[in-house]
Amino acid sequence: MKNIEFRTATSAQGGLVVMGGVPGVAAGSRVQLRDHAGRLRSGLVIRTADDAVLVEVFEGTDELDLERTWVRFLDEPFKLPLSRDILGRVFNGAGLPRDGRPPIISADRRDVNGEPLNPAARAYPREFIQTGISAIDGMNSLTRGQKLPIFSGGGLPHNRVAAQIVRQAKLLGEEAAEFVIVFAAFGASHADARFFQESFEESGVLNKVVMFLNLADEPVIERLLTPRAALTAAEYLAFDLDYHVLVVMTDMTAYAEALREVAVLRGDVPARKGYPGYLYSDLAELYERAGRIKNRRGSITMIPVLSMPSDDITHPIPDLTGYITEGQIVLGRELANQGVYPPVTVLPSLSRLMKDGVGKNFTREDHPHVASQLFASYAKALEVRGLAAIIGAEELSDADRRTLEFADAFERRFIGQGEDEDRSIHETLSLAWDLLSMLPPETLIRVSEDELAKYHKGTA
Amino acid sequence: MGKILEINGPLVKLELPQTVIGEQVRVGRMGLVGEVIGRDGDTALAQLYEDTAGLRPGEVAEGLGWPLSVELGPGLLGAIFDGVQRPLQAVWEQSGDRIARGVAVPSLPRNKAWHFVPDAALHAGSTLAGGTVLGTVQETESILHRILTPPQIHGELLELAPEGDYTLEETIGRAKLADGRIEKLQLFHRWPVRTARPFKQRDHAVAPLITGQRILDTFYPLLKGGKAAIPGPFGAGKTMLQQQIARWCNAEIVIYVGCGERGNELTDVLEFMPELTDPHTGRPLMERTLLVANTSNMPVVAREASIYVGITLAEYFRDQGYDVVMVADSTSRWAEALREVAGRLGQMPVEEGYPAYLGSRLAAFYERAGRVETFAGDHGSVTLIGAVSPPGGDFSEPVTSHTKEIIQTFWALSKELADARHYPAVDWLESFSGYVSSAAKWWAQEVDPNWENARAEALDLLAASEELQRIVNLVGVEALSSEQRWTLEAAGLIKEGLLQQAATDEVDSFASPEKQYALLAALLEIYRQGMKLVKLGAPARRLIQMPLLAQARRWKSQHNSEDLAALKAKIAAIPNAFEPLFEEYAVTPSTLREATP
Ligand SMILES: Nc1ncnc2c1ncn2[C@@H]1O[C@H](COP(=O)(O)OP(=O)(O)OP(=O)(O)O)[C@@H](O)[C@H]1O
Ligand SMILES: [Mg+2]
Repeated sequence: MKNIEFRTATSAQGGLVVMGGVPGVAAGSRVQLRDHAGRLRSGLVIRTADDAVLVEVFEGTDELDLERTWVRFLDEPFKLPLSRDILGRVFNGAGLPRDGRPPIISADRRDVNGEPLNPAARAYPREFIQTGISAIDGMNSLTRGQKLPIFSGGGLPHNRVAAQIVRQAKLLGEEAAEFVIVFAAFGASHADARFFQESFEESGVLNKVVMFLNLADEPVIERLLTPRAALTAAEYLAFDLDYHVLVVMTDMTAYAEALREVAVLRGDVPARKGYPGYLYSDLAELYERAGRIKNRRGSITMIPVLSMPSDDITHPIPDLTGYITEGQIVLGRELANQGVYPPVTVLPSLSRLMKDGVGKNFTREDHPHVASQLFASYAKALEVRGLAAIIGAEELSDADRRTLEFADAFERRFIGQGEDEDRSIHETLSLAWDLLSMLPPETLIRVSEDELAKYHKGTA
Repeated sequence: MGKILEINGPLVKLELPQTVIGEQVRVGRMGLVGEVIGRDGDTALAQLYEDTAGLRPGEVAEGLGWPLSVELGPGLLGAIFDGVQRPLQAVWEQSGDRIARGVAVPSLPRNKAWHFVPDAALHAGSTLAGGTVLGTVQETESILHRILTPPQIHGELLELAPEGDYTLEETIGRAKLADGRIEKLQLFHRWPVRTARPFKQRDHAVAPLITGQRILDTFYPLLKGGKAAIPGPFGAGKTMLQQQIARWCNAEIVIYVGCGERGNELTDVLEFMPELTDPHTGRPLMERTLLVANTSNMPVVAREASIYVGITLAEYFRDQGYDVVMVADSTSRWAEALREVAGRLGQMPVEEGYPAYLGSRLAAFYERAGRVETFAGDHGSVTLIGAVSPPGGDFSEPVTSHTKEIIQTFWALSKELADARHYPAVDWLESFSGYVSSAAKWWAQEVDPNWENARAEALDLLAASEELQRIVNLVGVEALSSEQRWTLEAAGLIKEGLLQQAATDEVDSFASPEKQYALLAALLEIYRQGMKLVKLGAPARRLIQMPLLAQARRWKSQHNSEDLAALKAKIAAIPNAFEPLFEEYAVTPSTLREATP
């Protein structure tokens, strides 16, 4: 069947082609179309019966002439050829080279859809990754094998933050064990893609990076394939070659919009804001490919970047992402406008795996309490700040005024840091105690009395 | 034998005459399994539990002759199953890290022998009804597995095996049914998951389920056999709360259903359960726990089934006379699976894409909770606790609003509390429990007769402080009277010293009912003492400076449930801390105590 070209298209509309009279076509099979100009397009079988086969065409159906369209059913799903040589390469969203170098030749070709990991085979992520960014390490720590997205908005420095994480991420005590990076961009601008490329180049890691790029002016449907190809490469690097892989994917919003576009064409029932009901499952298929596996050395740690439409965290894309990932780092406009970099809004940020990856045997015994105290004190301070805005700062009590000073210092000195500043977790924690020492010890009930005695600078 | 006509996502159209709706089918060369959900003449529509990629029209299809059923017998405890009861540990050993399609592994191990002790009262000629206890197998050290006859059996026992070791394959007895047929009895039987298991009669739920979580047990109690929901936006703490319940509750069997959620969360449960001990029996928690896992990246049709698999396993242990708790995380993912299939079937969506029968399906599911009298004459219960994941945290969406009407206990999680790291982020104003008066009887008898009053007093205080906080946010704290400021302060004390309870705090992760009540009474005592002083003219400012307030906030983490004597000593000393102020404001607490009854 692979070698036969069929010329039996009966209709073509909005990215979908119906083929008549091709019996026995496998569901999910890859398709190659040749149009009247001899251009090749690729597609996927999404519905199949003996009398009609529905094909989704990645490059769209514009200018297709039914009488002059030749279709081959390749009889296999989309597969990515894999070998060690993918490191240092740049591919398009469908896994073809876009760096002018020859394609990867390998007998090892894998279905980009992957297969679900058996929950019984997973190993729970517990190793602390130091990113060198205090707002993350101190309060929303990342662990190896975690999926922790960056929620951002237009104009916010999410790319810079992601690039800083990639540059600085390391495991404590095991400095040599560095990451290889799989970078996937879908719907990204050329400028964004160049930014990352240059940042990898500058830090000299280019030969440890695999890139999959589908840029803003490239076929929309290909965006559905891009993260899958990237994650297939990541799984290979992690679980076949034992690498620790850091996957950066941007921008999940562009991905979800592509999915919506296709869903509308297919006539799927919309759930919220026009997104199909299966957006959750579809995103989960991607995000759940992060993790660790028992008896395997490598790991996949995932940092998806996502711009929240109109900064709205309840929009289906960030909302469903938050329901799947293990926390989120939220960037905020308010802090960014005050010149704080990285503008991490700590209260809605969260790392769910932090509780199992920090503290006594991982970072330092006071770390969990310090983090909890910073959250509590800062949340309290924001209330006071809100109050001050209403009644005026003059009306505040002394205690309240100290609280305000804490909030300011916390934002400027703890959250704020240089783009090249790589703070160790010990530096982060001692900075935290400097700030907590601005507050009276009896208000700090999330840390223990012993810790207060040891670290609080006002109790000595 | 039939054949495949069409494949559309998880739905396949089959040429398969004489099949019935609900029947299991096996299709294609890979042998993928699914169930029939529609029929039209000789064609049947089936949904498959596994990914259909690679399947072709023309491949074979066969009806298996039975509906989706689970195997019920020894070997369930400590196991992890997928949404159609495939044993994931065994599947892992057989097919590797990734779940291969078409793997067929029996749900319960066939080669393992169990030590069976027949019921002494049974002999050849005994009448057998459904749910008769044939004997027992000590499955784990803490759980005695009662071997039941299948519910539909009526007849006479012909023979029963003597005490000894038997595998599930072996026959342990024979029965002659009412219609004359001879039925083989084994250590296990099958039951279709979409049919509720029968029982003698429903009974009143009477005892509270003790979870060790103060905001739940003390404020919004749930009964054994009750139904509860935990709605909340992402990251608010639904899973943590359910895991806390699974860890610490005083049920005898816990069934943890991960429905469309994260793989790592199940790994987490699998890793911590064997290490923790049950505070009520002292045995490893894994001995009483079993997991059903259909994670978000596993096929969506099996996700829909997983909830029913879980509840059927729960009913089976209930029928053995156990108190069972099933936590389902998350029922929203189940509802979404329902929606996805409905959408593919072209059924009319009514609200947010959900089919019209969403409400009735949810109700029918929760109806399978309850406390019952079993056929064997015991009492057993199934308590159902479902997480709900409303899109955007909006509680007015269909799944939350339907669920709210069905359940009795509503533990509403709030994003504001979670953002401020107030855990568990159970909102004390939005939550409710319809079981308070039943629970009050138990607390009065077992812990303290004043429980109901104390609870009400604390809730009033919290409600009053909410009102005052609104004023403060408008005009500042100076606008409040001393009495009001003290109320606000005392509410803060209740929130931090009582309601907040970190799961990660080794000392405070579980609080016994005695500890819960002791803390509640203590903090209220501080509140009342202070209020008396304020009424005598002491300014709230003086009270707020008392070191006692900071100390009391730490008590919960300083005394575990076994070490209440030290806590009680601190509580007894509360009046001493106020003594100097009482002296200053001219009355001593003892004279005051005498003056007010
Ligand atoms: N009782 C608790 N004690 C301590 N920490 C908690 C508690 N509840 C929640 N947390 C913190 O909040 C995080 C998120 O909780 P959890 O994973 O239970 O949220 P969720 O409501 O299940 O979210 P989702 O809907 O996305 O699954 C946890 O990882 C933990 O850090
Ligand atoms: Mg959860």
